[in-house]
Amino acid sequence: MVTYDPQYILMVDELKKYFPIKGGMMSKAVGQVKAVDGVTFNLKRGTTMGLVGESGCGKTTTGRTILRLSGEKTGGQVLFNGKEVYDLSKKEMRALRTKMQIIFQDPFSSLSPRLPVGEIIGEAVREHDLVSKAEFNDYIDTVMDECGLQPFHKARYPHEFSGGQRQRICIARALALNPEFIVCDEPVSALDVSIQAQIINLLKSLQRQRNLTYLFISHDLSVVEHISDVVGVMYLGNLVEYGRTEDIFRNPLHPYTKALFSAIPIPDPKAKMNRIVLEGTIPSPANPPSGCKFHTRCANCTQRCKEEAPVQREVEDGHYVVCHLYDK
Amino acid sequence: MGEEYILQVKDLHTSFFTDSGEVKAVNGVTFNLAPGKILGIVGESGSGKSVTAYSIMQILASTGRIVSGEVLYKGQDITKFDKKQMKGFRGKCCSIIFQDPMTSLNPVFTIGNQLMEAILLHTDKDKKQAKDRAIEMLELVGVNEPQKRIKQYPHELSGGMRQRVMIAMALACEPDILIADEPTTALDVTIQAQILELMQELQKKLGMAIIMVTHDLGVIADMCDEIIVMYGGRVCERGTAEDIFYRPAHEYTKGLLRSIPKADGSKERLVPIAGTPINLLNMPKGCAFCARCDEAMKICLTEVPPQVQMPDGHYSCCWLAYKQLYEAQKGESAR
Repeated sequence: MVTYDPQYILMVDELKKYFPIKGGMMSKAVGQVKAVDGVTFNLKRGTTMGLVGESGCGKTTTGRTILRLSGEKTGGQVLFNGKEVYDLSKKEMRALRTKMQIIFQDPFSSLSPRLPVGEIIGEAVREHDLVSKAEFNDYIDTVMDECGLQPFHKARYPHEFSGGQRQRICIARALALNPEFIVCDEPVSALDVSIQAQIINLLKSLQRQRNLTYLFISHDLSVVEHISDVVGVMYLGNLVEYGRTEDIFRNPLHPYTKALFSAIPIPDPKAKMNRIVLEGTIPSPANPPSGCKFHTRCANCTQRCKEEAPVQREVEDGHYVVCHLYDK
Repeated sequence: MGEEYILQVKDLHTSFFTDSGEVKAVNGVTFNLAPGKILGIVGESGSGKSVTAYSIMQILASTGRIVSGEVLYKGQDITKFDKKQMKGFRGKCCSIIFQDPMTSLNPVFTIGNQLMEAILLHTDKDKKQAKDRAIEMLELVGVNEPQKRIKQYPHELSGGMRQRVMIAMALACEPDILIADEPTTALDVTIQAQILELMQELQKKLGMAIIMVTHDLGVIADMCDEIIVMYGGRVCERGTAEDIFYRPAHEYTKGLLRSIPKADGSKERLVPIAGTPINLLNMPKGCAFCARCDEAMKICLTEVPPQVQMPDGHYSCCWLAYKQLYEAQKGESAR
């Protein structure tokens, strides 16, 4: 149980989300995919937390479970402004949805092809009665302008836009509800490098103007380093390391974090690559290894790692790591 | 002729003929590849980098066709090859690895079957020998338990393993040229590191030339001998990795380098390239990049920029570079 601390907009404690594996004649659950298996972090208002990891490590599921978008959680707590998200009634949840929004990875499939852009952005605003009818049009124009879209774009359909502009539409749609917290799920991964920078700058300036809080999910480490104040590194459903961006990038502690960072290709031919190449692939989350989940690929693996799961400990101020190496 | 280079692409033009008109995907691309070297082709989506690779292999979609230009392999123009010659060329002289290992293997045949197909087709090995060769190749690319793997189907392998199988398949007949079309884009960073390491190792061991097509500047930085930057179907700039990263001479290359977040932890605002990538259906008359270029001059709008030669084979197709070079020369002769 965590107690509410008003400086944090979001407090996540031991969050778990398992998906059943159905099989056999009667579609009985024959196993569980432990997509998120005990994630704990707190997020300060107006800051950005980056969540990194390889595909299948549960970063997207974490984002969606926080927003209560993937059914019931399996365990743990999600406190948003001090209230447990999963205890809210349908009506209360609906009201809260305006406060927490999400931007998806693929701007090509996350916009309805049948609605004009003005309607895509305005639909939820009207649904939630956020502005009066008279102000509606002006309001949509202002939001679009903030996101670098022109008023005449309102009547157009998503297929008339390029990837970068579509992502602007997605951002405008989220922003129109005047949210406090936005989960950005790989918002720039589908975009070209030259467009990526435009969207990152847009997200940063919107954050400054509106004091937004972001959970920024990405597998692109250099983007995460650029935009985040704190960074969490996930591996097989666990947060293995968590701390301020400078600490994580300058002084990575967990062997997985070290390997992950050493694998980033640096756009500089003279940069020395001391790659720590990890052997093998990420194990299945349906059947995770015993003890520390990373022990099958870890160079510093000991007998203890195979048997006993490490717990999160604070190594320096605000820098947490889940690894037996740092037991004192 | 062509002794020094294994592959020469000369003024290649490839177009797709669609209902809405001719899409000039590759618009006069010229480059040379020496044996045993690694050439990187970078650009955004729609810059024509993949189509260049596909044109060399002649595996374009049915609407696409090489309009003009030459592709010389050891001095022979392969654009004039007939179907049978082309079959001999692919796989044996030059092979390709695709971006997505999930979809580029046939799901209904075993790994061994797919590997042996190419070997049986291009060499006079019998089935038994081909199988041994397949196992040997899988070992070479670091697939564990190759004996077991050759009986498995693609869905039983992970993404990284499938990409290894793709590489094994491409290298089974010891081609002189390997074209890698975004070989690591669909993979995670740790797996990407494994594959890049493997490719460099194999290149040293087998000595083939590699054409590395990618949008990721980080991937090519420490791997390529030479890099060409493409935009709108044209080559913007060509040079060694150091030329491109430390002395970029084209505004587009400079913009690209400015727009990637630096790994030194600086939080300064990124400098994006304004605007959106060009529409190939509606190419501007002059420089393809002029609409997004901060330094665009009047001449950029109307005239296609010339190749401006700089030291050591580094060149840039940019009017600004031309102007600077011209002014420098004028200054020198006045002195």
